[in-house]
Amino acid sequence: MLIHALVNGTDHTVSIAPQTSLLTLLRDVLGLTGTKGACDEGECGSCTVWLDGEPVCSCLVPALQVDGREVRTVEAIADDGALHRLQDAFLAAGAVQCGFCTPGLLVAAADLLERNPDPDDEEIREALAGNLCRCTGYQKIVEAVHVAAGRPRIPLAVEHGRVGERDRRVDGAPKVTGSFTYGTDLAAERMLRGVTLRSPYPSARIRSLDLSRAIAAPGVAAVLTAADLPGKRTFGLEFSDQPVLADEVVRFEGDPVALVAAETLEQAQSALALIEVDYEPLSPVSDMEAALRPDSPRVHDFGNVLRHVHIVRGDPDTADADVSVEGYYETPMQDQAALGLEGALAMPTEDGGVELRTMTQWLHVDLEQLAPCLDLPQEKVRIALAGVGGAFGSREDIHAQIHSSLLALRTGRPVKMAYGREESFHGHVHRHPSRVWVRYGATGDGRLVAADVRLLLDGGAYASASPAVLANASTFAAGPYDVPNVRIEGTVVYTNNPPCGAMRGFGAPQVCFAYESAMDALAAQLEIDPVELRLRNAVHTGSVLPTGQVVTGSAPVRELIESCRAIPLPAEPPTEGWRRGVGFALGYKNVAYSEGFDDSADATVTLRSGPAGREAEIRTAAIDYGQGLYTVLAQIARTELDVDHVVVVPVDTATIGSAGSTSASRQTTMAGAAVRAACREIRAALGTNGSAETITRTVTYHHRKTTGFDEDGQGDIHVTFAFVAERAVVDVDEELGLARVVQLAVAQDAGRVINPQGAEGQVEGGAAIGLGLALMEELRLDGGHIGNPSFTDYLIPTALDVPPVVSVFVEEPEPGAPYGVKGIGELATVAATPAVVSALRAATGRALNRVPVTPDDLLGLRPPARTRGRAAIPDVPGQQAIPEYLGLGLGQQELMKAR
Amino acid sequence: MDVFVPYSLEEALELKAVHPEASPIAGGTDLMVDVNAHRAQPSALLDLTHVAELRSWWHDDGRVFVGAAMTFARIADELTEFRSLASAARSVASPQIRNRATIGGNLATASPAGDSIPVLAVYGADVVTASSSTWMRRTPLPEFLVGPKRTSLAADELVVGVEWRPDPGFESFTKVGRRNAMAIAVASACLYVDHAGHTVRLALGSVAPTVLRASRAEEFAAEHDWSDPLTRAEFGRLAAAETRPIYDLRGSAAYRRHAVEVLARRELARAEEAGC
Repeated sequence: MLIHALVNGTDHTVSIAPQTSLLTLLRDVLGLTGTKGACDEGECGSCTVWLDGEPVCSCLVPALQVDGREVRTVEAIADDGALHRLQDAFLAAGAVQCGFCTPGLLVAAADLLERNPDPDDEEIREALAGNLCRCTGYQKIVEAVHVAAGRPRIPLAVEHGRVGERDRRVDGAPKVTGSFTYGTDLAAERMLRGVTLRSPYPSARIRSLDLSRAIAAPGVAAVLTAADLPGKRTFGLEFSDQPVLADEVVRFEGDPVALVAAETLEQAQSALALIEVDYEPLSPVSDMEAALRPDSPRVHDFGNVLRHVHIVRGDPDTADADVSVEGYYETPMQDQAALGLEGALAMPTEDGGVELRTMTQWLHVDLEQLAPCLDLPQEKVRIALAGVGGAFGSREDIHAQIHSSLLALRTGRPVKMAYGREESFHGHVHRHPSRVWVRYGATGDGRLVAADVRLLLDGGAYASASPAVLANASTFAAGPYDVPNVRIEGTVVYTNNPPCGAMRGFGAPQVCFAYESAMDALAAQLEIDPVELRLRNAVHTGSVLPTGQVVTGSAPVRELIESCRAIPLPAEPPTEGWRRGVGFALGYKNVAYSEGFDDSADATVTLRSGPAGREAEIRTAAIDYGQGLYTVLAQIARTELDVDHVVVVPVDTATIGSAGSTSASRQTTMAGAAVRAACREIRAALGTNGSAETITRTVTYHHRKTTGFDEDGQGDIHVTFAFVAERAVVDVDEELGLARVVQLAVAQDAGRVINPQGAEGQVEGGAAIGLGLALMEELRLDGGHIGNPSFTDYLIPTALDVPPVVSVFVEEPEPGAPYGVKGIGELATVAATPAVVSALRAATGRALNRVPVTPDDLLGLRPPARTRGRAAIPDVPGQQAIPEYLGLGLGQQELMKAR
Repeated sequence: MDVFVPYSLEEALELKAVHPEASPIAGGTDLMVDVNAHRAQPSALLDLTHVAELRSWWHDDGRVFVGAAMTFARIADELTEFRSLASAARSVASPQIRNRATIGGNLATASPAGDSIPVLAVYGADVVTASSSTWMRRTPLPEFLVGPKRTSLAADELVVGVEWRPDPGFESFTKVGRRNAMAIAVASACLYVDHAGHTVRLALGSVAPTVLRASRAEEFAAEHDWSDPLTRAEFGRLAAAETRPIYDLRGSAAYRRHAVEVLARRELARAEEAGC
């Protein structure tokens, strides 16, 4: 049908299908991709636009209703190229990280200010409660509205900031105007749309596939199954155990079975529905303890044990403890819930290769996995970065990269794949569910003498990053404490649940919830203040960890505890009828990759003359997915080269070497060090060459070497550590079992803060994800099926759920790191969960040993999680992941060998 | 898919009579969720956004009429004298959704979690429906809501609005969800008490296949003195006993029952404080 609409002041007459949403009209028909889609059901607000002056979720407005009406989008907020005061305020206040939610938030916030020029905090949070943000924790968004209302309450970012200053994001302007191109915004001439047929069963044998009706369907250009794979049939981040397309069996609900490319998305989806698959459903392995039983069905031929790590130091059985506590703790499968969805655009090249644009956390490890599956040499595969709308670990694994490339090579045309929210839940890895058994022994005066920990992680159907997640969880399982006698037995198993892998914290949050809960229990038993107990046992520089590794870097843990404790408590008393609890937690985690992995980083810096004097250009494959890396790198170059103007150039795998993954809290250290070293080489050259020339230097930075585990789990496993102390204040309506977090106080070990505003943003947003795990976030699994793959039922915190986060940074420089920096991106997430739960226990007196804590838990309607005893220790050949012994091809590690 | 765009109620009803399979659409906040997910593929849409009769409300001659296409944003702004209804309207989803979602949609969708429905239940509201053959008819809300997501609306009918006779008195609406915003009700309760305290009405949402009136609790309260906390506690227990909750992703049956007990007791306490 034909409709006429005024969009951003321009009259449009367009033909649409009746079921088309306004969002689709804007993005796919009019090419206005500034408006984002992230849930397709009105739950996230990313698609907010004005319809006749009122903010609406454009995904739920049928485009036919726009006939004769006026629509305004984010693209119309700026006035003649000049940023609107709200756009400017978002950048000044640091309210933009990945930027995916920003267009919708700007519309909602602008509407608020039109109605109410002087809103208070509560009014702002109410007005923005329909706009989900996963990066910021909302605090700086609230502050940005205050800035736009003419009463800034926080220090604002400056232009051309140096190290230590609040610098404006270098990629901020396109994110507030809607011109930043994310993976799902990509388009090309003659582009086909690709879609994936996924298994509806968690475990099944494929008896037969009938493609005939799909191939004959209108608009279809290709239908591919495992039979069509040209090269390697499996891929994987660490081990190559995941089929590109399922061949004989499917191992999780969502396992890809077939691909379709067609002229339009609708045609592709229609054809997909015509593929007939005859499945023989098999009994799924859906419980991680059941997976360990000898009579369990096998997820893979080689069994269900993915890796077991054994760490022993001293003898916890004979250690002389006056008191001991024992605890059992469970955490669920958490989703990263990045607002930006998976997207890739693959374009065949004239030499028979493929050029891919996509969102990822590590371009080169994608290349490593992609090229063999396409049966192409790496020279013929070029991967360039598209905007990444948040990641939090979920973009470490391959999503549509291989599939879109296969379709492009088959059809000879560009193919775009873009997931919706439901497919996203099935199409990326999640945080491992865990079961942890802890026993701590201590002297009567509160000195830890022993820790005995058993932990089990559900790795799901494929390895992904599980082996490394398990190593992390195991090494941190006794907490950031001096404990002379320790035994840790960690296992990750295969099941027919969705695959699990990297998520912010990477194994640390699961064990932190356990050891911090046990520390609270120990403090109660000893009748010692829980903060005091932590002060007595906290590690420090020189401490020996359970792996025998000596903490050689900075470890100002006691200072963190004291700084956190010194943050003023909220002034307001609880609402009548609500009971307040205060909880405290410590956490720690490694920075950069471990176990002997050399995850180096390349960067190229050029100093040259530009139109406005000397300027610098940075080229690096290190990826900024919102946390502010590019800005940090620019600050380093400005500081080292004393220039104002710095360009951070987008790169691809063909033009520069790997910078390693943007994960493991590593890039400020790694890419930052590479940029600094390149700048310093330029400075040295300047001394001899004078100042007018263009000078370019490329540096590869390596962190210090680490080792793997020996047979007792001893080794110099991690590069270094960062620590955090958090305090949560939570009010509970004891009768209704409702919890409201009133304040989170975070003292963060940072070494040296490069950009205070960015660092605060990491702490605020990180804490919000930990709060979500404590109170609401859980992928509900039933026999391998995800029960809530939508933003209607997978709840993440809104602006009214995340309280003010008060952050302080303890700056004790890390020896050997540039400027003494430490990665901080994951820490606030790690300890927020136990801090919130500790506060809930304090408020209710209930034994809470499982997250998310539900109203039923707070009321005692559901008993604490029970265990029938510690999980069995599997019989394994050694400390490595089982696929390693089987010689399965390696993803990441292959890349490192190639270097 | 066909699209029909009427410009008057009469035209809308004629179209609905000829095309009973057409799905009426106003705010689209329920239907489009299913359309986007390919769960609903209506053969035709009947766009009601241009039917002016559905977008108005009035209060005269002792009756209030609210048109089916009144959005929750407008209800929250314009019907503030009906405190519970305005409060329920403010609790719907988000500002963006409230700008689109309509009270008629809430009724026609007939979810037990529909936020406005417990309020309309204590108001003793009638659902006004119409068809081109029978024109207007009024159906008491309990007869309109025949099951979860099922109504007594005939295939050729449209929801025109909702109507009730306002009584002066105390009223209160509360809702419990799993987070502080954008929450689907896990349990909700609306209480109405006349100033003399002889008439007590309590409606409960999300705790049975349809929104229900807790009649035994109502009768008990009307006959007892609620200045006694034991009476109020018994009121809560009776209300909880009348629920038939399910366990689902959003809440357990035990919790829903428990929450109703607390909500009902607290609302009665508020009524007592208000001098009823």
